[in-house]
Amino acid sequence: MAATEKEILQVRELTKSFYGVAANDKVSFSLRNGEVHGLLGENGAGKSTLCSILAGLYRPDSGDVILNSERIRFRSPLDASNMGIGMVHQHFKLISSFTVAENMVLGLNAKSRNISLGTVEDEVRELARQYGLDVEPSAHVWQLSVGEQQRVEILRQLFRGARILILDEPTAVLAPQECDRLFEAVRHMVERDHSVILVSHKMDEILSNTDRVTVLVGGRNAGTLRTNETDAAELAKLMIGSDHLPKLANKSLRRFVESTPVLTIRDLEVIGDRGTEAVSGASLEVLSGQIVGVAGVAGNGQREFQQAIVGRRQISGGSIMLRGRDITQLSSRARSRSGLAYVPEDRLGTGLASGLTLEENLILKSYNEPPYSHRGVLSTAVITAAAEKLVKDFDIRGARSGMPVSLMSGGNLQKAILARELSRPHDLLLAASPTRGLDLAATASVRQHIRADTEKGGAVLLFSEDLGEIVELSDLILVLAGGRIVGSYTPATLDISELGLLMTGAKVHN
Amino acid sequence: MNDTVLVLSVVSAISAGTPILFAALGEITTERSGIMNLGIEGMMLVGAITGFWIGVETENAWLALLGGALGGILLSLIHAVLAISLRVNQIVSGLALVIVGSGLSAFWGNSGDRPTLVQTKTGVRFDPIFPEVIRDLPVVGPVIFGHDPVVYLSWVLVAAISYFLYRTQTGLSLRAVGEDPGAADASGLSVTRYRYVSTLVGGFGAGLGGAYLAIGVIGTWAAGLTAGAGWIAVALVILSGWRPWFALLAAYAFGALRSLGFTLQIAGIGVPSDFLAMIPFIATYLVVIVVSASPTRARKVAGPAALAKPYSREAR
Ligand SMILES: Nc1ncnc2c1ncn2[C@@H]1O[C@H](COP(=O)(O)OP(=O)(O)OP(=O)(O)O)[C@@H](O)[C@H]1O
Ligand SMILES: [Mg+2]
Repeated sequence: MAATEKEILQVRELTKSFYGVAANDKVSFSLRNGEVHGLLGENGAGKSTLCSILAGLYRPDSGDVILNSERIRFRSPLDASNMGIGMVHQHFKLISSFTVAENMVLGLNAKSRNISLGTVEDEVRELARQYGLDVEPSAHVWQLSVGEQQRVEILRQLFRGARILILDEPTAVLAPQECDRLFEAVRHMVERDHSVILVSHKMDEILSNTDRVTVLVGGRNAGTLRTNETDAAELAKLMIGSDHLPKLANKSLRRFVESTPVLTIRDLEVIGDRGTEAVSGASLEVLSGQIVGVAGVAGNGQREFQQAIVGRRQISGGSIMLRGRDITQLSSRARSRSGLAYVPEDRLGTGLASGLTLEENLILKSYNEPPYSHRGVLSTAVITAAAEKLVKDFDIRGARSGMPVSLMSGGNLQKAILARELSRPHDLLLAASPTRGLDLAATASVRQHIRADTEKGGAVLLFSEDLGEIVELSDLILVLAGGRIVGSYTPATLDISELGLLMTGAKVHN
Repeated sequence: MNDTVLVLSVVSAISAGTPILFAALGEITTERSGIMNLGIEGMMLVGAITGFWIGVETENAWLALLGGALGGILLSLIHAVLAISLRVNQIVSGLALVIVGSGLSAFWGNSGDRPTLVQTKTGVRFDPIFPEVIRDLPVVGPVIFGHDPVVYLSWVLVAAISYFLYRTQTGLSLRAVGEDPGAADASGLSVTRYRYVSTLVGGFGAGLGGAYLAIGVIGTWAAGLTAGAGWIAVALVILSGWRPWFALLAAYAFGALRSLGFTLQIAGIGVPSDFLAMIPFIATYLVVIVVSASPTRARKVAGPAALAKPYSREAR
């Protein structure tokens, strides 16, 4: 790669606090010209905060940002953009009702160049070709898949002449094939002398795509290393400050899988948001003690499938049985009561009530049952005690009393949902991308909790775009493509390359 | 031919609809930036009294109109500071504006040694701009050419705002701020600036509408003379799907309803006027129901996604 020793961006002792808690605590860090610099750290370590400061979105409390040996102070993202720094946020910043081209011109100085959408579209097509990031500039953003939206975000920064690109957990939302394409584009960028800051939780991604890597721990820089002089073990040690990573359960110690079906779905048909069929005639069965993993590229009906199971979306055909009982007509609350636990993909939207405190969220599904309330009055002491126990058991960090959960980091939110769902009596756990965006330790602990759940005879239906996760956890792997179950594997019959093909919707003859 | 009931009704519908149209155009601009200002009624009243008073003092209808618009802008500035800078709940702030506006205008209209304000016919008015020959053409004469210049100004404004919103980059930016201020901010747009300016444009429209109502349509001042026109404008914004040309049509339809009330009264037909007054709101209900029944239609004419949501850069 084209990395040189010349430092184009330096950060000195940057501190940023939210509500009195330091998210960045005297962080120092530097970016060299033409390098890909990885940023690793547990959930809440302050990675997004650091990136947002560099992108002009957050103002630091103290410390300096030095760009090309000049001390700078951004007053707004526009300043950063004008100085050639562009960020692709963890949550995209696109206007979904606008077209790709319209998003591109947004905020560009209209006087400096006479912009017609037609020429913008042409320029974007050309850029897209150069970097291998194909998108259709005249499409509306809401029509695009998450991967395409991300390409739009990256192109937009390039279009504005960004020299430094900050990618905050870009692969968290991508399917494996799309990740490869992304890194291909990143290589094109450094070849053209751009520098890239890459945030990721996935060790192998960091190891194979960066020149250097910085580890953040509790808002401080725990060390910057050359990637080719380090390895996963060393980085993990830096990250969690100890050598023992939580051991993953041994795969060969299989649990006893009973043959009683917990969830039986027959010929499920669901209509999607755009009026077309999102799930067409899917059937599956999850047995007691079994983990069934559904692999697939996002946008192939996963969301609608899950919503149909939990009762958040009307089905147009088929049936759903939980422990032999037809729950097709039940409300989502009734389904939850009859033993359905749900860890949704969308943490703050459907998973948690963002304005309530952690304590309140932890009892969100049982607040009206004893012992949490009596005759409509909440028993605060019981609730606090229960919440404290869950916080300890699931290692949920960063909550303070009275603070809305929306201020917690993604990983801790995920642990909170899992804690709530698993602590209630349930037969089936429906989990969607449960470790998306989680750090190593959190990922291991979430998977451990899911596994432990089946040891007590629970059944798990797991949707995930992370193929590694599906393979690691599942006793049965199904492939969902175009709203149909197109493949089924046990660990013994698993053929990864065939599965990958099926995921893309290709026909496989065997 | 030109004094058939139909032609006369259309003419009076246009006249009665114009003040509402101004107010709705302003509010469309405001809401497109994500700020909801329910205080139109208050701003119209302040616009009406300011316009009326300046009309009496200067005997110049145009100055009166301009003064009314300024009155509306000043009142909307209160809302802008509260809603944008201080992030007060926009519904609360807007409702407060109605009360402030009604109070201020009533007080001012009665105050001190100028009780005359209440009774005077201003004598200040707008005259038709086209010569009588053209105005006497059958049908198109009164319907198209018979109006005073302010009506034509409103047509120009409809076209201008529509062009601005959909054809200019600033309009695109304004809509972006209303759709997703976080994304707009990250794109380098100043959310605060866009929202301030469009809130003031809302005040301008409402003030202009109020002033025209007082001098151009009714011709006298009475406390509370808007009689709910501001609320109709609020409904109209929703009904039009935040689109200027539809606002024009709906404003004239509501104008027709308003004048129908008078016509029926004169004709001695006993439709309770309270019932007629309800129709705009019932129509809005119906449109909202019909629209939301179809997801595709709902997407097309939905309001700005971030409407009435305060924005703060570092909050999440
Ligand atoms: N806008 C904000 N308001 C309040 N607190 C915030 C805000 N942004 C971040 N924080 C807090 O700062 C800390 C660091 O958050 P940050 O999002 O930077 O972590 P991260 O390393 O990106 O984590 P993750 O891997 O989960 O994305 C967290 O405790 C978070 O709750
Ligand atoms: Mg983050």
